[in-house]
Amino acid sequence: MYKAIITVRLRPSILDPEGKAIEQALQSLDFSALSGLRVGKYIEMNVEATERDVAEQMVDAACGKLLANPVMEDYSYELHEA
Amino acid sequence: MEKMKFGVVVFPGSNCDHDAYHAVKHVLGEQAEFLWHKEGHLGDVDVVILPGGFSYGDYLRCGAISRFSPIMKEVIRHASEGRHVIGICNGFQILTEAGLLPGALLRNHSLRFVCRSVRLRVENNETAFTSQFMAGQVLTVPVAHGEGNFYTDTETLGELEARNQVVFRYVDVDGEPTDQANPNGSLGNIAGIVNRHGNVLGMMPHPERVVEQLLGGDDGLGVFTSLRDAITGTVPTTS
Repeated sequence: MYKAIITVRLRPSILDPEGKAIEQALQSLDFSALSGLRVGKYIEMNVEATERDVAEQMVDAACGKLLANPVMEDYSYELHEA
Repeated sequence: MEKMKFGVVVFPGSNCDHDAYHAVKHVLGEQAEFLWHKEGHLGDVDVVILPGGFSYGDYLRCGAISRFSPIMKEVIRHASEGRHVIGICNGFQILTEAGLLPGALLRNHSLRFVCRSVRLRVENNETAFTSQFMAGQVLTVPVAHGEGNFYTDTETLGELEARNQVVFRYVDVDGEPTDQANPNGSLGNIAGIVNRHGNVLGMMPHPERVVEQLLGGDDGLGVFTSLRDAITGTVPTTS
């Protein structure tokens, strides 16, 4: 059994107005040293598998098929033994 | 003459399904039926309508989960046979998620849900969805969405433009596609596109909401009369 920690991000070429708005809010709160803010998604799930590479393949397939849209998003993940 | 049949797909969270049904059944006067998204077949429908709404609560991404509803396999098959599919608003989002249309609909540039009438210019009136319009005709049609910002990579955008797949564009009062006339930040002011074969249309504005004067206008009716013409070869006699 593994736990997968997945991060889905907007691709760098895509404007992130939400991130921009949050960054501006931070700056208005005097966090002027914080910049380049972008918003993504955090997903965690359990993976029923005994072999690490099998778990990895499953998570990768799930990301490619549903969890991320390759037109606008990139994803990365970590697997932890649970 | 036998009437054509529209199938309006109903997902959990669809909320423009009845508007679409009314437009094609009562205003256009053709046959129509609702198709629950769990259905494994489309029956004998000629045209599939994927209506607006918030299918699956827009969870994950708009259209991402509904794209895998059982009926979508049949919708993809229907489209692959060259038959007609129209996705309006959430339906457009579902079509991009399903890969039947290129690109994606991102969060509106303003971050606001935009609900108002916009002007659309008919960029291509040689499709099954627009033959009853004049080229360059400007229509007034409402939009109502938070994620309608059409995006695609530069190469795909170039192909869409070169192949005249851009069908509707947001324009101003002078018919020009200005930034101010763009309600959501869409690339090239794109409001609606067809696939390469021209049998699948996706558009963010709601033509089904402007099909009779009682609703404030009938600029959207042409989409449905065009489809009738494409399917049955009947040119409408109404003015």
